[in-house]
Amino acid sequence: MGMTMTQKILAAAAGLPYVEAGQLIEADLDLVLGNDITSPVAIHEMDKFTKDGVFHKDKIALVMDHFIPNKDIKSAEHCKCVRQFAAKHDITNYFDVGQMGIEHALLPESGLTVAGDVIIGADSHTCTYGALGAFSTGVGSTDMAAGMATGKAWFKVPSAIKFNLIGKPSKWVSGKDVILHIIGMIGVDGALYRSMEFVGEGVENLTMDDRFTIANMAIEAGGKNGIFPVDDLAIAYMKEHSNREFKIFEADEDAVYDEEYTIDLSQLKPTIAFPHLPENTKTMDEITEDVVIDQAVIGSCTNGRIDDLRCAAKILEGRKVKKGVRCIVIPATQKIYLQAMEEGLLKIFIEAGAVVSTPTCGPCLGGYMGILAEGERCISTTNRNFVGRMGHVKSEVYLASPAVAAASAVTGKISTPDELGL
Amino acid sequence: MKAYGKVFKYGDNVDTDVIIPARYLNSSDPAELATHCMEDIDKTFIQKVQKGDIIVAEKNFGCGSSREHAPIAIKAAGVSCVIAETFARIFYRNAINIGLPIIECPEASKGIEAGDQVEVDFDSGMIYNRTKGTEFKGQAFPEFMQKIIKAEGLINYINGK
Repeated sequence: MGMTMTQKILAAAAGLPYVEAGQLIEADLDLVLGNDITSPVAIHEMDKFTKDGVFHKDKIALVMDHFIPNKDIKSAEHCKCVRQFAAKHDITNYFDVGQMGIEHALLPESGLTVAGDVIIGADSHTCTYGALGAFSTGVGSTDMAAGMATGKAWFKVPSAIKFNLIGKPSKWVSGKDVILHIIGMIGVDGALYRSMEFVGEGVENLTMDDRFTIANMAIEAGGKNGIFPVDDLAIAYMKEHSNREFKIFEADEDAVYDEEYTIDLSQLKPTIAFPHLPENTKTMDEITEDVVIDQAVIGSCTNGRIDDLRCAAKILEGRKVKKGVRCIVIPATQKIYLQAMEEGLLKIFIEAGAVVSTPTCGPCLGGYMGILAEGERCISTTNRNFVGRMGHVKSEVYLASPAVAAASAVTGKISTPDELGL
Repeated sequence: MKAYGKVFKYGDNVDTDVIIPARYLNSSDPAELATHCMEDIDKTFIQKVQKGDIIVAEKNFGCGSSREHAPIAIKAAGVSCVIAETFARIFYRNAINIGLPIIECPEASKGIEAGDQVEVDFDSGMIYNRTKGTEFKGQAFPEFMQKIIKAEGLINYINGK
């Protein structure tokens, strides 16, 4: 019986010729990640170890991104704790204000994640790096602590669901619509404990940023990881951003999948997830009544990359954000921010009446920089629309692509760019 | 090892944002986190919960954010066990790693209501609904996880290796 992409990576990292679903293994880690919320808990756990020190100072990434620049004294204390830990252990990849970006956009851009890697991160969206053909998954702070100390983690080898992508997405349909469609189809626990492997000829019609968005939200279907095959586009991305060697793993011909779906990308439409679960999806033509919005957020580890900002700028160029709507644009990293500036995108946003923020997770998790009041509605390119996620428990978050979020900011209600004649 | 307590019952997809909202994640102090436990799904939970009480939920408990603050808050609130039809995988790992007992049991999830008095025997995996006089067999942990639980968490387990 053959192995899936994920199983092959895990077998190699565990030093085994073969693994099968359900098997418990201990794997060597290429990178251990934490942020300003999860790292302090991990650092506290590190104190309990009888052995001092970290396994490898170059293979730990600490990214201050959720509540920074610090929103209050307590957040500042958390960052101080991580900053001191990074200094004490001489952690190479510590990212603070000025270098930081949203972790899952920052690490691939910084060349720290490549194909064949095994990566754990104390952040659920760590699954993003599957876009490059890595095995990466979210864990908690104790797993992060154990990973930092030992360079190893235990895993139950997952079974997999295969998504065979065919066709080419139409105009204004992006990676976000693909993954929202899939989550709507299989549900928020549809891939629980399992890998989501995205394959097929349609993959070549998805940009790297589309793939990052899709892998990023595997967790919203309960998935352990999301992963793409490594093609020329992924290789070019890695060569541009990283000097690390990468290793390509392909699924065996006879790999076994729990379920298989074929998705024709050309048939997908702009898709919106209604409150309060990412599985509550509707395509624009299924929305029969106006959904008036108070805020539009364009950013996050899901959709704060340059493709996303370019798409939003195409829609906002020469237009105005509707009076009464707050439009918040958050480039995910300093590099993306600078690129957006050089390409004139920031000017377009500001002239349209949007604000542009320093990179931060901020409003996505209701941290700061765009919290909602009771009864308010936000169209957002983020990844979760749970109760209270962006603020008041009686506020509402609608998840969508940058194209839909930008068009909605202009009309003041959930809209697609078609409605603006685009 | 046993747990005995009154049940707080919740439905499908209880996410870690409602277990402990991100607006409180500027703290990592268990006692402080506990004061906001379940706040966005059940405002009265923290006033009513007593040491030893049990949470019973349906599918995909603990989905969403990887925040370990969620099982930490539940444990620090005095909850002795969480029973669910299924758990989201990061929450599952986190609960084991910090020593919060959890059991997957679809039958118990269906057969237990809010306010029932429930006893859980972790050695046998048996769940007894003392109010209704019914019993259920929960899924036992693999041996490897039992070792982590017996060591009272992952760090102690690694220290002992």
